Amino acid sequence: MNHMELRLNVNGQPHTWTIAPGDLLLDVLRRQGYFGVKRGCEKGECGACIVLLDGKPVNSCLMFAAQAEGREILTVEGMAEDGKLDPVQEAFLDHGAVQCGFCTGGMVLSAKALLDRHSNPSEDEIREMLSGHLCRCTGYKKQVEAVRAAASKRKKRTRRAPAMLEVVS
Amino acid sequence: MRERAIVGKNVRKVDGYKLVTGGAAFTDDVQLPGLLYGKILASPHAHARIRRIDTSKAKALPGVHAVLTYQDVPRVPHTTAGQAWPEPSPYDTYLLDSKMRFVGDRVAAVAAESRAIAERALRLIEVDYEILPAVLDMEQAMAPGAPVIHDEPDSTRIFDRERNIAGYILREIGSVEEGFREADFILEREYRTQRQQHAMLEPHVSIAWLDPDGRLVIRSSTQVPYHCRRQVAMILQLPVSRVHVIKPRIGGGFGGKQEMLLEDITGALALAARRPVKIEYTREEEFYMARSRHPQILRMKMGVKRDGTVLASQLTVLATTGAYGSHSTTVQGNTGSKVLPLYRAPNMRFECHVVYTNAPVAGAFRGYGCPQGFFAQETLVDEIAAELGLDPLEFHRRNVIRLGDIDKLSAQLGEGREGLPRVVRSCGLPECMERAAAAIGWEKKRKSLPRQHGPLRRGVGMACTMQGSGIAGIDWASAFLKMNEDGSFYLQVGASDVGGGADTVLSQIAAETLGVSLDKVIITSGDTDSTPFDVGAYASSTTIISGGAVKKAAAKVRAQVLELASRMLDAPAAILDCAHNEVFTTEGEPKRIGMGDLALHAMYKEKLQIMDGASHFNTDSPPPFCATFAEIEVDTETGQVRVLHLATAVDPGTAINPMQAEGQVEGAVTQGLGYALTEELTLDAAGRPVNPSFLDYKILGAKDMPKLTTILVETDEPLGPYGAKSISEVPINGVAPAIANAIFHAVGVRIRKLPIRPEDMLRALRNVGQDGILRAGCLPAPPLQFTAPGGLPTRRRLTTCPTEVP
Repeated sequence: MNHMELRLNVNGQPHTWTIAPGDLLLDVLRRQGYFGVKRGCEKGECGACIVLLDGKPVNSCLMFAAQAEGREILTVEGMAEDGKLDPVQEAFLDHGAVQCGFCTGGMVLSAKALLDRHSNPSEDEIREMLSGHLCRCTGYKKQVEAVRAAASKRKKRTRRAPAMLEVVS
Repeated sequence: MRERAIVGKNVRKVDGYKLVTGGAAFTDDVQLPGLLYGKILASPHAHARIRRIDTSKAKALPGVHAVLTYQDVPRVPHTTAGQAWPEPSPYDTYLLDSKMRFVGDRVAAVAAESRAIAERALRLIEVDYEILPAVLDMEQAMAPGAPVIHDEPDSTRIFDRERNIAGYILREIGSVEEGFREADFILEREYRTQRQQHAMLEPHVSIAWLDPDGRLVIRSSTQVPYHCRRQVAMILQLPVSRVHVIKPRIGGGFGGKQEMLLEDITGALALAARRPVKIEYTREEEFYMARSRHPQILRMKMGVKRDGTVLASQLTVLATTGAYGSHSTTVQGNTGSKVLPLYRAPNMRFECHVVYTNAPVAGAFRGYGCPQGFFAQETLVDEIAAELGLDPLEFHRRNVIRLGDIDKLSAQLGEGREGLPRVVRSCGLPECMERAAAAIGWEKKRKSLPRQHGPLRRGVGMACTMQGSGIAGIDWASAFLKMNEDGSFYLQVGASDVGGGADTVLSQIAAETLGVSLDKVIITSGDTDSTPFDVGAYASSTTIISGGAVKKAAAKVRAQVLELASRMLDAPAAILDCAHNEVFTTEGEPKRIGMGDLALHAMYKEKLQIMDGASHFNTDSPPPFCATFAEIEVDTETGQVRVLHLATAVDPGTAINPMQAEGQVEGAVTQGLGYALTEELTLDAAGRPVNPSFLDYKILGAKDMPKLTTILVETDEPLGPYGAKSISEVPINGVAPAIANAIFHAVGVRIRKLPIRPEDMLRALRNVGQDGILRAGCLPAPPLQFTAPGGLPTRRRLTTCPTEVP
C-alpha cells in the first residue's frame, strides 16, 4: 500500500506521521490519540470532528490528512494553556453548556475561533457559529450564554493588560 | 433544618473538566493492540429467508479474522430491551438468524484488520434470499393473510404470532360506557404519530475483548450495563461471572441505548477471533439499524359535563414495534397509564394492540409512549374546551390531577404486569400552569391574537403533562461508599450517567449527606465489576432511585463517622454533626475534628475502613409535572409553522442541580420540537429508509430554535432524596400538542398528525372554506380496523370545528 509522510503542527507541536494518501484527517488525528476529535457522522453535517486549521474551523471528516501538510492544527486538547482552561471552556462549565460532552470539543473550538476574530459577537453571530454543530442534549441556549460570558471575560482580561493590546494592534 | 450546602446548588459537572478538554473518556477513546473492526451485513430486504449463504470468499480475504452467520452461533431467543429480569418484552430476537425481518436486519458479521477490509469482506459474502411478502403498514399487519413475521416456533411471550400482535393491553377503571352516558359532550378523534430517531451524537459503539483471565470484557455505549451483562451472558452461553461490562462516558442515549444492541455480536466476534473487536455504527446505520420511537395511531374519546368536568376518557391505540418487540408492551402501556390519569375522570379505558411490521425496530425513547398519548389527549382536550367556550387553561385548572389523588390506572398497568397505585404526594402543576401562562402572555394573547390580518397568523397554545420517577416496585439501585485517608470518599454506583449529569447529582447527594465539599467525593459509575447493581439509566429513575441508594449509603457511612468522632471527641454522637469537611459538636463545649484527621485515625490507629453500602427501591413512582406553552406563527401562504416562544414550567420535586435540571428541560423541549415539526424517518414502499442522514433527517440546530423559557417549580417529594422526583423525560411530552393547539388558535385548523410539515399544514388550510369551517381536518379518519364497532350512544358527535377563522 502507498504511504506518505505528513508534516504538520498539532497544538503547537511539530509532527511527522506516516499516512496513506486517502486517510481522512479525522482518522489520523484519532489514531494519533487526539480523541477529543469526535466521529459523529463522517459527512460534515454534525460538527463533532471540528478542529481549527490555521485558526479556522474545519470538519476533519471532510479533509484528507494530506491536505494538512505544513498547516497548524488546534484540537480541543490544545485549548487549555499550562493547565489553565480557555475562557470558553470555563464558561461552558459554569453555564451548564456541557451535557454528554460529545459535541463540546468542536463547539468550544468554533467559539474560540469566533471570539478570536470578533471580540463582541451578537447573539445571531453566536448562533450562526453554533449552527455548524449539532447537539442533541441541549437547546443551544446555554451555549449561547456561555459564549457571551466568555466574550466579556476575554474583554476584561484584555482591558487589564493594555500593553498586550498595543502589541496586538 | 440546616441550609443545604450542595444540594440545590449549580455546581459544575463532576466530569466536566475531561469533557471540555477532550479527555479520552468515551467508549471509542481507547487504543487496543490488535483491535479488529467489526461490521454487520445488513439485510437489503424487508422480509426474506436465507436459502443459502456462502462466506468462504470473505473468510479467505487476507486480514479477515472471523465471519459469523446464524450457522455459527447459538440460537437463544431473547429481547434486546434493556429491562429488569424477567423482561416484559417478547423473546423474539436471535444473535443471528436465517430469516430477515426488516431492511437492516443482521445477515452476517465480520471482524477484520481494518474497516476497509471488513467492508470488502461483507461484499464477498454470497447470499441467496427467498424474498417474502412484507407488511409495512401497521393497519395491515393484523389483517387475514398478512405475512407472519415471527413464524419461528421458538420465540416466546408473543401475544398472537399468527396475527403479528406482539402485545395487547386492555384496562378499564370504572365504566367508560356509563361515563359517556352521563356526558353532555362527547368528542372522538384520531391522531397519528411518526417514527422518530434518537440521533444521539455518539452512535452506538461496542468494543469487546478477552482479558488475561479469559473473561469477556465489553466496553460499550450503554444505558444499562447490568442488563447487558445478563443478556450477553445468556446469549453467548457464558456464566454472568465471565462477562464484564464497562460504561464509560456516553455521548447521549435518550433511550436508544437502553438496549443490548451491539454488545452480543461484538462479543461473539471477539470470542471467535480471540482478538479485540470494535463495532461502531455509521451515522446511516444508526438511523435504521438501531431503534426509534414507536409510531402510533391513537383514537381518543372523551365525555365531559357542560362545565368541563371530565367523566370518561377512552384511548384506543394501534402501535407498531417494527420487526422485533423491544419495549413493545411497556412503551405502549405508558401511553395509557401515564397519560389518562392526568385528568380526574372516574372512568377510563385503555386498549392497545402492538403489531409487528417489517420496519426498523422501535424501542425506548425519552417520554416512553407519553409523547404520543399526550399529543392525542392534549389536542383533544383543547378541542373540547373550544367547544364548551372554555379557556383551555381554565379547563385544565378544573380537571387535572391534584395533591392527594390516587391514580388507579397505574395500579392496573405496571411494567408489563400489574402495577402499584400511584399517590400524588407532591404536585406543583397548578403553579406550573400559571407561571408558564404568564411567561407566554396567555391572558392577553388568547384575546388579542386571533384578530390579525395578512398571511402571517400568530397563536398561543398549551398542554399539561406528567411522567413517572422510576418504575414502581421494579427499578432498584445500590451504592457503596468508602472513606479515604484524606477525608474524601469514593462513591461507587451502578447508575449510568449517559450525559444528563447523574454522576454530578449523585455526588451532590453524597456530599450533602456526609457534610463534605463536592471535591471530596470521587465517583465511579456503571461498571459491572467495580460498582454494585443498578437497573440503569431509564424511566426517569436515576435521581430518585439511585439517588435514594446513595443517600442511604451515605447516611450509614455518616453514622460510622459520627460514632468514631464521638470516641475521638468524647462527646455523644447525638450532639455531633458534620459539615464543611469536619465533625463538630452542636451543643455544649465546642469541639471539632477534620474529616482528614478522623480518616487517618480510623485507618492507622483503629485499623478501620469506614465504608458501607445500601440498596433502594420505591413502591411508587412519583409523577413530575409539566406545563408547556407555545407561541407560534403560521405562514398561511407556505404552510410554514414558526415557533416563536416555548415556555416550559416543570415540577421536578427538588432540583438537586437547577442548572443541570434546566439543561434537561431545554434538551427535552428541543427534541419535542423536532418531533412536532421536522423529524421522521421515512421508509419507501420496500421498507428502505429514505432519509438516514443528518442532511435529510432534520434535528434542530442553534438557528432553528425559538426563545426558550424554563421555569422550575420545586416541590418536596416525600419519596425522593432531598425531595427530588425526576425531570429528564416529562418536558418532551407537551411540545407537539401545545404547538398544534397554538396553530388552531392562529388559523382555526386542527392538526392531528405529526410531524406538522408545511405541506400538511397547507393542505389543512385549504380545507378551511370561506365560512371558516374546517371540512375534513388535515387527516381523514377512517375507523380503526381492529376495534369492535363501539356501540356507545353519543349525544352529540362533532365532526367539524365550527370555530371562526379570521
